Amino acid sequence: MTEIVARDAAQAAAATGVPTRPSRSWTEIGSEIGDRIYSWSITGFAAFVPILLLLIFLAVGLAAWPALRTFGFSFLTSSDWDPVAGHFGAAPAIYGTIVSSLLALLIATPLALGVAVFLSEFAPPWLRQPVAFGVDMLAAVPSVIYGLWGIFVLIPFLREFLMPFLRDTLHLGVLPLFNGPAYGSSMLAAGLILAIMCLPYISAVTREVLLAVPRSQREAAVGLGATRWEVIRDAVIPYARSGIIGGIILGLGRALGETMAVTMLIGNRHEISASLFAPGYTMASLIANEFSEATGDLHLSALMAVGFVLLLVTFLVNAIARWLVWQTAKER
Amino acid sequence: MKLFPFAIAATIVVAGCSSKSSNATKDSAAGAAQPAGAAASATGSSDAQLTGAGATFPAPIYQKWFADYAAKTGVKINYQPIGSGGGIRQLSEQTVDFGASDAPMTDDEMSKARGGPIQHIPTVLGAVCVTYNLSEVTKPLDLTGDVIADIFLGRITKWNDPRIAALNKAVALPNRDIVVVHRADASGTNYIFTEYLTKVSQAFSSSPGKGKEVQWPTGLGAKGNDGVTGQVKQTPGAIGYVELAYARQNKLPTAAIRNAAGQFVAPSIEAVTAAAAGVAKSLPASTDYRLSITNAPGAQTYPISSFTWILVYKNQPNADKGKKVMDFLHWALHEGETEASSLDYAPLPAQMVARLDSTLATIKVGATP
Repeated sequence: MTEIVARDAAQAAAATGVPTRPSRSWTEIGSEIGDRIYSWSITGFAAFVPILLLLIFLAVGLAAWPALRTFGFSFLTSSDWDPVAGHFGAAPAIYGTIVSSLLALLIATPLALGVAVFLSEFAPPWLRQPVAFGVDMLAAVPSVIYGLWGIFVLIPFLREFLMPFLRDTLHLGVLPLFNGPAYGSSMLAAGLILAIMCLPYISAVTREVLLAVPRSQREAAVGLGATRWEVIRDAVIPYARSGIIGGIILGLGRALGETMAVTMLIGNRHEISASLFAPGYTMASLIANEFSEATGDLHLSALMAVGFVLLLVTFLVNAIARWLVWQTAKER
Repeated sequence: MKLFPFAIAATIVVAGCSSKSSNATKDSAAGAAQPAGAAASATGSSDAQLTGAGATFPAPIYQKWFADYAAKTGVKINYQPIGSGGGIRQLSEQTVDFGASDAPMTDDEMSKARGGPIQHIPTVLGAVCVTYNLSEVTKPLDLTGDVIADIFLGRITKWNDPRIAALNKAVALPNRDIVVVHRADASGTNYIFTEYLTKVSQAFSSSPGKGKEVQWPTGLGAKGNDGVTGQVKQTPGAIGYVELAYARQNKLPTAAIRNAAGQFVAPSIEAVTAAAAGVAKSLPASTDYRLSITNAPGAQTYPISSFTWILVYKNQPNADKGKKVMDFLHWALHEGETEASSLDYAPLPAQMVARLDSTLATIKVGATP
């Protein structure tokens, strides 16, 4: 309404050559005030989120300060986590968080892309919905259930079959990556469970992005004589690339912060080992395990420092992801 | 992006607790620290007249006591089993009327308590059992403290090690790797177990030493008694340690352990009571009941035994609450003790209860500290 009035007024002004201000009715003034209140309040809501984030950073940072001050840079590089002696170093947990998450992405990304391409390009319509629903349901399973499944199914499978198979039958044991005793609870177990957990995120986003690729893009490629595979490889996926990267980063976010299932499967050991068969630790598991019974102020502060580092790592990963998405979007 | 909700969800919990150590807005911060429990002031039922928090190990019998006591006297007690460390912290910050712990408070912790001097009141006894997963072995294994220490130090790595075989001549031990499973969380169970190992092993006492959480040189970590049990049950060749009540209720195989008198004793309520009886006969004159009964003398004693304590301030400024706490403790030490063994806890020896009665009488109720 207001717009129309304003446009009419502008036309009138243009017609006469004299800039006249239309007389303003009370309704107009009222709606103008309404607009202003609306604009202020949504600005407030929008500001609330970054302020909250800042406050969280501050609160965690303040609580972490005594430990960070005591141990300095060695907090990030030391593997010594000894509450009795009061030495705390978070290197194994930082390493474990990053390695388990990357391992999860390494396994989940090709699978998720395959699922998404199948669903958007190949699946007959009657199959598309049920399979998509099933994959999405994976995201709805509570993580403690994944943990239990891991303990009772995945770990025995790894210990009795997969680990001996990789190490002895395929002779991959010569590599440090697949060396050492097969306990079951290991970095590999954590990576596998995380892969299953972040797969639905990656595949759901990718599927939507692929479906959003315009028909003309495909038709053009087909028109140039491309095969079905070439259409997907050269026309569809490059077009959807930034969206796919976004989906992968969303999955990575899930993997970095996951606590319960990983705690149940990773073996909770403060040690950096080259082998995927060795137990490890993640930052989230460390906090979950030790927070309720932290033995002293410094121990508590060290756990807060771990939380702070976790926050920084997720922040950093997010920033890199933004940059990647932005770069790929620009290239196109 | 959508990454943030995960990070935020993880850190909000953390952030809620942080203010406790940095500044001292005690009630709200301590409440937020334990979403599941602790917030006695916020989530506790409004008609609960007393609140307590602490050890998880005696929680089943405490809950039974509180239910029975409420039925008898109408005094309701809200107990939050958040762990010994949490119980000590909350008592120190005066957010609960009493604390509970499986590990005695250190002098340093006691000096930091805001409400003044603290009295330890032993309530029941517990023990830590060594459990294992060896399908080939049907007869309980015999172990000694130094062998257990060396297993948990990673120095004995095979089940058919000559040192284990020498203790179990009648058992055909498999040539299998030992998988050590220890607690990943800080706990009173850890404290009792490591306190025992530091007494019997020179190597263990120099490193890692004793504590609610220590730096284990080998093995897998699992959370809680159930986590350790699950890991041991799932891993052939595993060895772990759990509390007596837990081991009994889950019918886990447990090792007999050689005590200070040279006898191999299987964990049982009688053997734990025997450990306390030896100490009770020669109680020191002080009323500081922070007594260790690991590796206690006596032919029948199980060596990895311990008291668990309720912690109260020696000066109870609130006359009403203070009297209720004292009345409850008196009831627990007399009527309550009789329920202990039915729930797989060992009751206190009688001499000790008599001594505790006179100690309870010294607690000042309603006096300004």
